[in-house]
Amino acid sequence: MTTARTGTEAGAEAGTEAGTGTEAAPGSPPVAGAVPGAPPAGPVPLARVYRFELVKLFAPWRIRLLLPACWLAPGLFVAAVAQQGTLPTDTLFGRWMHATGWAGPLVVLGFAGSWALPLLTSVVAGDVFAAEDRLGTWRHLLVAVRSPRRIFAAKALAALSVLVLLVAGLAVSGAVGGLLAVGDRPLVGLDGHLLSPGDAAARVLLAWLCALAPTLALAGIGLLGSVALGRSPMGLLLPAVVALAVQSAQLLPLPVGVRLALPGYAFVSWNGLFTAPVQAGPLLVGVAVGLVWAVVATVAARLLFLRRDFTNPVQDGAGRRAAVLGALPLAGLLVLGVGVLTPLARGAGSGITQQKVQRSVATAFAHLYRLQAAELNRPDVTEAQLAVAVACDKGSTLVDPVGPGNDWRCTVSWHLPGTEATGTAVYQLDVAPDGRYVADGDGPKDVNGYFLVRTATGDAPNPLWQFDGNVELLPAPSKG
Amino acid sequence: MDALLAVRARGVTKCFGEVVALDGVDLAVARGRIHGLVGPNGAGKTTLLGLLLGLAAADRGSLEILGTPVGRTPAAPEGVAGFVDGPGLYPSLTARQNLAALAALRGRAADRAADRAGVADALDQVGLVDVADDRVGGFSLGMRQRLGLAAALLSRPRLLVLDEPANGLDPAGKRHVHGVLHRLAAQGTAVVLSSHRMDDLEALCSEVTILATGRVAFSGPLRELAAGDRELDYRLLTSDPAAARRTAAGTPGVRLLDPDPAGPPPDAERLVLRARVPALDVLVSRLVGDGVAVRELAPVVSPLEAAFLALTEQQQRPQPEGARR
Repeated sequence: MTTARTGTEAGAEAGTEAGTGTEAAPGSPPVAGAVPGAPPAGPVPLARVYRFELVKLFAPWRIRLLLPACWLAPGLFVAAVAQQGTLPTDTLFGRWMHATGWAGPLVVLGFAGSWALPLLTSVVAGDVFAAEDRLGTWRHLLVAVRSPRRIFAAKALAALSVLVLLVAGLAVSGAVGGLLAVGDRPLVGLDGHLLSPGDAAARVLLAWLCALAPTLALAGIGLLGSVALGRSPMGLLLPAVVALAVQSAQLLPLPVGVRLALPGYAFVSWNGLFTAPVQAGPLLVGVAVGLVWAVVATVAARLLFLRRDFTNPVQDGAGRRAAVLGALPLAGLLVLGVGVLTPLARGAGSGITQQKVQRSVATAFAHLYRLQAAELNRPDVTEAQLAVAVACDKGSTLVDPVGPGNDWRCTVSWHLPGTEATGTAVYQLDVAPDGRYVADGDGPKDVNGYFLVRTATGDAPNPLWQFDGNVELLPAPSKG
Repeated sequence: MDALLAVRARGVTKCFGEVVALDGVDLAVARGRIHGLVGPNGAGKTTLLGLLLGLAAADRGSLEILGTPVGRTPAAPEGVAGFVDGPGLYPSLTARQNLAALAALRGRAADRAADRAGVADALDQVGLVDVADDRVGGFSLGMRQRLGLAAALLSRPRLLVLDEPANGLDPAGKRHVHGVLHRLAAQGTAVVLSSHRMDDLEALCSEVTILATGRVAFSGPLRELAAGDRELDYRLLTSDPAAARRTAAGTPGVRLLDPDPAGPPPDAERLVLRARVPALDVLVSRLVGDGVAVRELAPVVSPLEAAFLALTEQQQRPQPEGARR
């Protein structure tokens, strides 16, 4: 017959002092018979956990591959494009890549905002928590660090550090490649005005800094996905999926308030840095919205992480918590953003109006006309002397001249000092829902109808043939 | 006998929602002892090890680890190391890098030379010096187990908690790990380990606790578990199987068993019988008296395993309404 005995009996046999144990409250002194004074282990300092996380982040091949790729590939790309006859004119500033080295990092930024940055955030932030689930190392990490709070902080900081390093690589590499291949020359802004090399450098740097805000928003969403979805591939892909959804939404004719409330708007609104005056409204709103999304998503991820029970072998309602602490705050933030920003847009609808398009085309044409005159060695004129006037219409007369579309047609007229005649030129405009447009010259040939102009030194690109522009979606601040 | 305790648990209860993982568990582990924790799957072993490592806190009862009462928030005192659910290692790092990163995390990096020496010593103790600079991703399960043990050794633990440390080890690796654990115990470290293998427990542990459905079915010295006078199944091989069968059938307290249909193909030369030790003594005397040579008489399962099965089956049987707390 077998005998099942209690642990207390067994402990007595093993030489322990059975019966002396009482319900121990935290902090009560050790009872007699126990080994003296093992201090409660404190959590590991954050700096050490951060270093540990960096070691782990740089260990897998994909990060070790991404780092040199981000620091080399953009520079090589820009240098290679600068050697070719065809330019990526469908990308903002692409048509100026032969003219100045500062166009290169902006082309890279345009591409990065669409593809590279969402994918980088997926690989870095989207995997930083999920990797521990995949490797089964959570318990090991908790035993070693002894503080879920510090683990979260260290992981978030490490992911942020690596992301900033990768983004810096993209920016620096693009700039260095452009400067080495083309040179430190003035940059033509989005309203046609010329930026000195120093000014262009400062604005390129600012543009990349602005793009950090939506990158951080995607990183926050990546952390949230990584915590909420664990080893599921969706956790890794969430930032890229969100970025794709936001980009798709930007292609739709949304009201301005909704467009501005989306977390990726600063990937577009940096364009406003390259006009005079700077389109500060959309730029600041885009950056602020990106940062708020970053903070809310990171806080939600932290709450979710701290509520996780790493020892519970059964379902503990994690799915419900992910919905309540993860998805709902972000949905609420979007609604709140739309609510706050719609009055700011003052019922601007799409934000693209006939008056704004005319004003933007007139400004760009005047600036670019001066550029063409300089190329052709003609006497310089000022924008005021040209007195450019633009009349734009959209589609047929049955359609209101507002909103995006490729059916805008503008007639530009101007005067030269000392002449009675009025010059006219026609442009077809393709205006995107986010306010960017491409103006395509429709003649006359010697003004804007041909892509080259004949100069004293040979043929040169005609700045008036095609140009990129930008319509500010927010209404101009009312005076008084 | 050393009376100082490394672990003292009284009435520890831990629930996950409606599931009672541990139900009033008592446990006492003295310094310098290797204490085995066994039980069927879902018995609560990993949960108990998790409490000792500070991964979770008990819902009820008291727990003292290395003399420090553990409160209601998960925490373990300094001097506790180990792993549950396999060693946590990073496959992209080499064995040495894994240990160096851990050593730096635990704050011994101030003296980098000592730190490197500590890593090298831990690798040497578990016999992984030759593969120290190989990536862990290419390691076998047994090598990972040994590296997990090396990681625990880095912090010079006074309580070492290991979940299935012999899992996946080849005989040489097992001997290595057993040697390390015996050395640690000799130096005063308490070791609590779980295992499904009774032969490992016999080779390592002086004490064992058997858990079944979250409760303690037995806790005490291993020899007491094996010493119980139980009916066991034995294999008997003799020079004359037919005569042996007749003699066994006529011996009081001895039952001949049919071959297990789920087992290997029956061997006509071998008999399987069930008996207590005194009845076996009578049978052997009679066989010898009849001129039948006894070539092999061995238990089908070890006495320890038989005791384990008996205890856990007994515990898992449905109990009358209201019998469970």
